[in-house]
Amino acid sequence: MEGIIGYGAYIPRNRIKVEEIAKVWGADAPSYKRGLMLEEKSVPSPDQDTITMSVEASKNALKRAKIDPADIGALYIGSESHPYAVKPSGTVVAEALGVTPEAHTADFEFACKAGTEGMFVALNLVKAGVIKFGMGIGADTSQGAPGDALEYSAAAGAAAFIFGRDKIVAKIVDTYAYMTDTPDFWRREYQYYPQHGGRFTGEPAYFKHVTGAARGIMQNNDMKPEDFNYVIFHQPNGKFPLRVGKMLGFKKEQIEPGWLVNKLGNTYSGSSPLGLAATLDIAKPGDMLLLVSYGSGAGSDAFIFKVTDRIEEVRNLAPLTRDLLDKNKNYLEYGEYAKFRRKIRKAD
Amino acid sequence: MSTPSRYWREIPQRYRLEANKCNRCKLIFFPPRLLCPECKNRDLEKTKLAEKGEVITYTIIRVPPAQFSDQAPYAVGIIELKDGVNLTGQIVDCAFDDIKIGMKVKLEFRKLFEQGHAGILCYGYKFVPD
Ligand SMILES: [Zn+2]
Repeated sequence: MEGIIGYGAYIPRNRIKVEEIAKVWGADAPSYKRGLMLEEKSVPSPDQDTITMSVEASKNALKRAKIDPADIGALYIGSESHPYAVKPSGTVVAEALGVTPEAHTADFEFACKAGTEGMFVALNLVKAGVIKFGMGIGADTSQGAPGDALEYSAAAGAAAFIFGRDKIVAKIVDTYAYMTDTPDFWRREYQYYPQHGGRFTGEPAYFKHVTGAARGIMQNNDMKPEDFNYVIFHQPNGKFPLRVGKMLGFKKEQIEPGWLVNKLGNTYSGSSPLGLAATLDIAKPGDMLLLVSYGSGAGSDAFIFKVTDRIEEVRNLAPLTRDLLDKNKNYLEYGEYAKFRRKIRKAD
Repeated sequence: MSTPSRYWREIPQRYRLEANKCNRCKLIFFPPRLLCPECKNRDLEKTKLAEKGEVITYTIIRVPPAQFSDQAPYAVGIIELKDGVNLTGQIVDCAFDDIKIGMKVKLEFRKLFEQGHAGILCYGYKFVPD
């Protein structure tokens, strides 16, 4: 049987509060906090990007998997903030981990779904017997335009998963994908900030695809919401995952362990993978988990996992996701944040 | 400014902290060399440096080399790693007032500098509080 043999998270230390952003743009912080169910978000340091966070999350995954990195046959990174326009992120990460040279690597892009795409492909290559171990990473240091609603949520973080056949901590029961062409969010070449379709990002985009994928995989496996201990949805803001859970018939208690967004923000490709890492941190042997990502453009990947006895052995071999989220925080003022995120134009 | 080829040659040290261990006197040294700097022995094996250590001394750089100009002021420390090797590197994610001699630190993979607006991105290790 195949599944996750190791997982790891990484969240930068810096945070900025919704109030601090709202103050600069003359916006009403309480209504943003209520409307988006967000309090603060993570911010990368100037020397952190998708590559550096992927390395740190992957090293945590390797601590739990306890395998020789050279045995990893495929490494995929999903991100919409790959540092280079042309040149893979995966080669740097693979080299830093000691995975090179006998491995396949690719950088995935599908807005916030890119992380689970990498997981989907790595896992299914293991299932097909093509590789012994595969790694899927979701990471982003996303940017919202200054003053735009996205600026309150666009955050940074990474999660990495190693898949294999033996010593698994969560068995894969099934995978499923659901997608259509839906232009709800995009960024053209050479544009610095993305654009979005406002309210159009809701019903025909996020809700349609997340419910489509969740219902599809449950139907294929003859399962109902009450058959799952926990469910993890993509978290563009606090409200969407709670509302889509309710639409599907899940209870708040099933969603909460993986619901990090109120203190983390939207980590894009890292969002639902970090939620899965946080849920594995508290899951018990035998627990059933449903993971449903979402990426604008638009589509969702769904996974059903069954947690094994081994979870108890590996859990404390690397930092827990909630500890990365809640400990050692460094709060930024907007000026520092704008400098860190290169929102200030300097002389050449 | 270092060229892409020079950066590339140093990848094993910069990314994976590959060092040498002398099979005669057991010294671990970094960066790797052909001869043990202690006993001149050539029988060496490849090893990796420890990822944790303690600050021996540090300074704040206010007038940096050109490729670090965007980063100044920043802290640079000499760290004694758990395997006894001393390594120089930036100490980040920490206010200058909070850096203390004897402070426990660990290595994290970071972007070291960028070769201008259009050149390559150079990665490697920095120290953060443990
Ligand atoms: Zn020697």
